[in-house]
Amino acid sequence: MSTALSNIAWISPFINIAKGEDVSGNIQTIIKATGLPLAGLLVFLLIWQAAASNINTSLGQFPGPGEVMTQTKGLWTEHVAEREKATAFYERQEKRNAARVEKDPTYVPKIRPYTGKPTYIDQIGTSLVTVLSGFFLASLIAIPFGIVIGLSANLYSAFNPVIQIFKPVSPLAWLPIVTMVVSALYVSDDPMVPKSFVTSMITVMLCCLWPTVINTAVGVASIPKDLVNVSQVLRLSYMEHVRKIVLPSSIPMVFTGLRLSLGIAWMVLIAAEMLAQNPGLGKFVWDEFQNGSSDSLGRIMVAVITIGLIGFLLDRMMLTVQRKVSWDKSAATR
Amino acid sequence: MNPLLELTDVGIEFPTPKGSFCALQGVDLKIKKGEFISLIGHSGCGKSTVLNIVAGLYQATQGGVVLSGKEVNEPGPERAVVFQNHSLLPWLTAYQNVELAVKRVFKGKKSKVEMREWIEHNLELVHMTHAMHKRPDEISGGMKQRVGIARALSMEPQVLLMDEPFGALDALTRAHLQDSLMEIQKDLNNTVIMITHDVDEAVLLSDRIVMMTNGPAATIGEIMDVELERPRNRIQLADDPQYNRYRQQVLSFLYEKQRKPDTDAPAKKAAKSEEISAKKTEQVA
Repeated sequence: MSTALSNIAWISPFINIAKGEDVSGNIQTIIKATGLPLAGLLVFLLIWQAAASNINTSLGQFPGPGEVMTQTKGLWTEHVAEREKATAFYERQEKRNAARVEKDPTYVPKIRPYTGKPTYIDQIGTSLVTVLSGFFLASLIAIPFGIVIGLSANLYSAFNPVIQIFKPVSPLAWLPIVTMVVSALYVSDDPMVPKSFVTSMITVMLCCLWPTVINTAVGVASIPKDLVNVSQVLRLSYMEHVRKIVLPSSIPMVFTGLRLSLGIAWMVLIAAEMLAQNPGLGKFVWDEFQNGSSDSLGRIMVAVITIGLIGFLLDRMMLTVQRKVSWDKSAATR
Repeated sequence: MNPLLELTDVGIEFPTPKGSFCALQGVDLKIKKGEFISLIGHSGCGKSTVLNIVAGLYQATQGGVVLSGKEVNEPGPERAVVFQNHSLLPWLTAYQNVELAVKRVFKGKKSKVEMREWIEHNLELVHMTHAMHKRPDEISGGMKQRVGIARALSMEPQVLLMDEPFGALDALTRAHLQDSLMEIQKDLNNTVIMITHDVDEAVLLSDRIVMMTNGPAATIGEIMDVELERPRNRIQLADDPQYNRYRQQVLSFLYEKQRKPDTDAPAKKAAKSEEISAKKTEQVA
């Protein structure tokens, strides 16, 4: 519990006090750990408020913190209302089906899914699913590939130019190509997942592959010569060498790569969803922009803050996983 | 009696961009079973290279090594190495580090229970049973080196190769470990090649001391038999005239006959860095 929470620095002194440690010492820590970030946040909010009241757009005044708060509440109310509608829809359907079965026992009741528009919360969910699938797919390719090229200096030299060329490519450049390829290859009458999802996921994968590949390769290539010698003296086979020496030894670097990749994946996703019309946060921002109501800018600001918060949480999540998995606890503190 | 290990005219050249660099030349050495040999010489003289060739980590470009009638051309557990920097796997406990070696060497030959007993037995030999479930970063340098020795011993090697095993330790810990090693040696009577730059250590532990000339193209300068009775005691030996003669003989070899002339020190340095870069090219290849 405390290890997972201590990722967030300001919680630990509260835990310490709860444990019955010295109060005044911990209060000083609290002031430092909580007070300073709060002060920074306050200054930011003041500047934001001041700037917002001076910017007038064609959609009305730029939203300040207050407006964003209102919009957040609004989006939540919409979500709750939509859920109530859905529940009501299913209840009605059930009643109707029950009535029909009573009249005609041979009737097999059909459940039709509710087709209301996705709420903001649904869109966050879609975005998370898309980014995690893209990231997972990328890791599945990048880690083995990184190990293979890390183990052989020749292979590394051979592939390095390709990696360096594809690494800086923007998702916006990949997207048209991916869209066309997915349309051509992913043909099915009853697709398991929508095309837009596949397109966004593959774009995310293509963009977030590289940090993991590079960091894994560097981690593998920098295994101490002594450990490689041990493996040779023990005559470990290639696979055993990878499993027993290479993987554990390079795990800290692999995680550095994975964390960079996840950060990029999340950034890329928003752009990909905007263009691919995958029903996630990116599409939400785009739709609001097209919608152009007086609420739009406020709602986009809500999305901006949500995107930031989720990105931060994703990184913390990876850090927690790294602490669980890696033997090198000192590397996991950054 | 036939020697267990035979080095015949061993030489090695490393390719460098400036042409090949001859690190070692014409090394002839025969080692009997149960002998304890020390290789001593100035740093950069190629003593580690000799050890690495015997270990099979380097390939001699000239001559060869024969161990009990078989030519050595790749590393293997019958020539276990104790590395200078312990080289324990940092993510495994002491027990698991030894286990990795035991599982590899005795797969199919020992049952699970026998393996566990064998691992514990070897850790007991080096007095590490109290900390066998600790990871390398939780134990001291001397303890790490003990585990490294236990790991090498657990492979039941025909030859135990030690590359400056106590070089990175403080004097007291080193003395402690030397005593432990002598104790183990008394029981197991292993064949050992140890590299050292410590004259006292060489005289105290060895049956024979092989003194190496300075590189490049280093070779064996002198070989000295150490006929001190075992068990040896460092405190008693301090006053022993025989012991001091041996010491003196090694010292005079190192500091008179093979003194590094200060004038060409930069040249030596260049040669050394060349050797290092040569090793690096090897590693990459």
